[in-house]
Amino acid sequence: MNVIEVNGLSKHFGSFKAVDDITFDVKKGEIFGFLGANGAGKTTAMRMLTGLLVATSGNATVAGYDVNREPERVKARIGYMSQKFSLYEDLTVAENVTLFGGIYGLSDEQIREKLLEMEPASLKSLVGSLPLGWKQKVSFATAMLHDPAIVFLDEPTGGVDPITRRQFWNRLYEEADRGVTLFVTTHYMDEAEYCDRIAMMVDGRIAAIGTPAELKSNLNAASMDEVFVKLARGGVRS
Amino acid sequence: MTLTTAIRVDAISKSYGDVAALKNISLDVADGSLFGLIGPDGAGKTSLIRILTSLLLPDSGTATVLGLDVVREYKELRKRFGYMPGRFSLYQDLSIKENIEFFGAVFGSDMSTAYELIRDVYVQIEPFKDRKAGQLSGGMKQKLALCCALIHQPEILFLDEPTTGVDAVSRTEFWDMLTRYKENGLTILVSTPYMDEALRCDTIAFMKSGKILAVDQPGNMKKHFPKPLWSLKSVNRHALLKSLDGMDGVHSAWPFGETVHVALEEGMDFAGLPSDTIIRSIEPGIEDVFMELSR
Repeated sequence: MNVIEVNGLSKHFGSFKAVDDITFDVKKGEIFGFLGANGAGKTTAMRMLTGLLVATSGNATVAGYDVNREPERVKARIGYMSQKFSLYEDLTVAENVTLFGGIYGLSDEQIREKLLEMEPASLKSLVGSLPLGWKQKVSFATAMLHDPAIVFLDEPTGGVDPITRRQFWNRLYEEADRGVTLFVTTHYMDEAEYCDRIAMMVDGRIAAIGTPAELKSNLNAASMDEVFVKLARGGVRS
Repeated sequence: MTLTTAIRVDAISKSYGDVAALKNISLDVADGSLFGLIGPDGAGKTSLIRILTSLLLPDSGTATVLGLDVVREYKELRKRFGYMPGRFSLYQDLSIKENIEFFGAVFGSDMSTAYELIRDVYVQIEPFKDRKAGQLSGGMKQKLALCCALIHQPEILFLDEPTTGVDAVSRTEFWDMLTRYKENGLTILVSTPYMDEALRCDTIAFMKSGKILAVDQPGNMKKHFPKPLWSLKSVNRHALLKSLDGMDGVHSAWPFGETVHVALEEGMDFAGLPSDTIIRSIEPGIEDVFMELSR
């Protein structure tokens, strides 16, 4: 079953084709890696799929809703986590969970239950005072509060130490096993290997899509690092 | 101190309130070398660089750069180093050319004086020289920041996470540039959270939670890994990880791309692995060593 279907999706800014006619599907429970050089169009594509930006042409459904016509329904069914912004640094963990729970329409009772599931020691700490690894855990838990069908993760592990990075991927595997679909961008090529399938964007288009093993074999590359360099070197934007 | 030491850090500590950012750090950086501070966010890399560039006072300990004390002789020192901070620090509403001219004027230099030094970087952004810095791509901003850090022809360059958030191709190009500057005699201290970039340095210091875990040449780091290491590969990596979890004699088991790196206790052997598992003996890499030392 596909939970994301993208068909000829484009976004132009003036004469600049930020996203240029992309088509792909993502299945339920898949960990889908979305890679590309800076400026390749990943962020623009993600903003369209999360209902934050209207496409110039083409269409996409996410969790069964059309991103152009029903962006608010899309937003209610997805979670979003970004390295740059997810939580309010000057609120405590409990306050953040309560705030986001309220925004997602959880009842007080449901919010209380979610708080009980979290590390008790962290609840009264200001988010700004937590180590990065903790922030990232809280941020993911917050993105999961409303049991979304799909979670979009934009460079979730940037700057995190290698052990915490691997623990975070274990969490992602657990959620994928439960049927949650994970749409992930990363600059760490070893993490690209952890994805079920990968789409690689170059100059606004999808230059390759497949399992890590397929991409390596098609491009005659020993590692995902080599796949990335071979494809991205073909691009003119940077 | 000898003339061959460009940076000497002696027992530096720094706290912010209750948070100890640097805990009794000491290290030497050789003149003309490319030295890497490798570690995740919160390791203390930025605090150390800010102390060495006289922007932050240590609570205790001393440090010299080019033989000058970073606290007492900061005025002289500031003329002689270049600094590229982690966050983009240029004027967004000035063009490339105006930013370079501005930083040149502040340091009593200009484009023509420094041209030999910055040419390698500048030619890559020259076609856009009238574009405002705020409208540049990440890779171009980074190159402009490097030009501005070099405009007064410094003897030593500090770069705080210049490649964070930058894609793999641009990162490689940036390190190629750093290598050329080093070969021309510039001493460079650079910080990065990317373990693979350690291989581009002459010497690296692993940092975590305000401490230095080890200092060595990247090629020697494997000596700090205490046990034999194996690379295991199975079609079903999940089953493989599960079988390793709780297996007797497993010292550590971490996913590495499509493989799992496993260290065994002395005299132990594998048992009960998925039948298709391929086992290869490997040398520990930079990330293996970092994880082992930070356990």
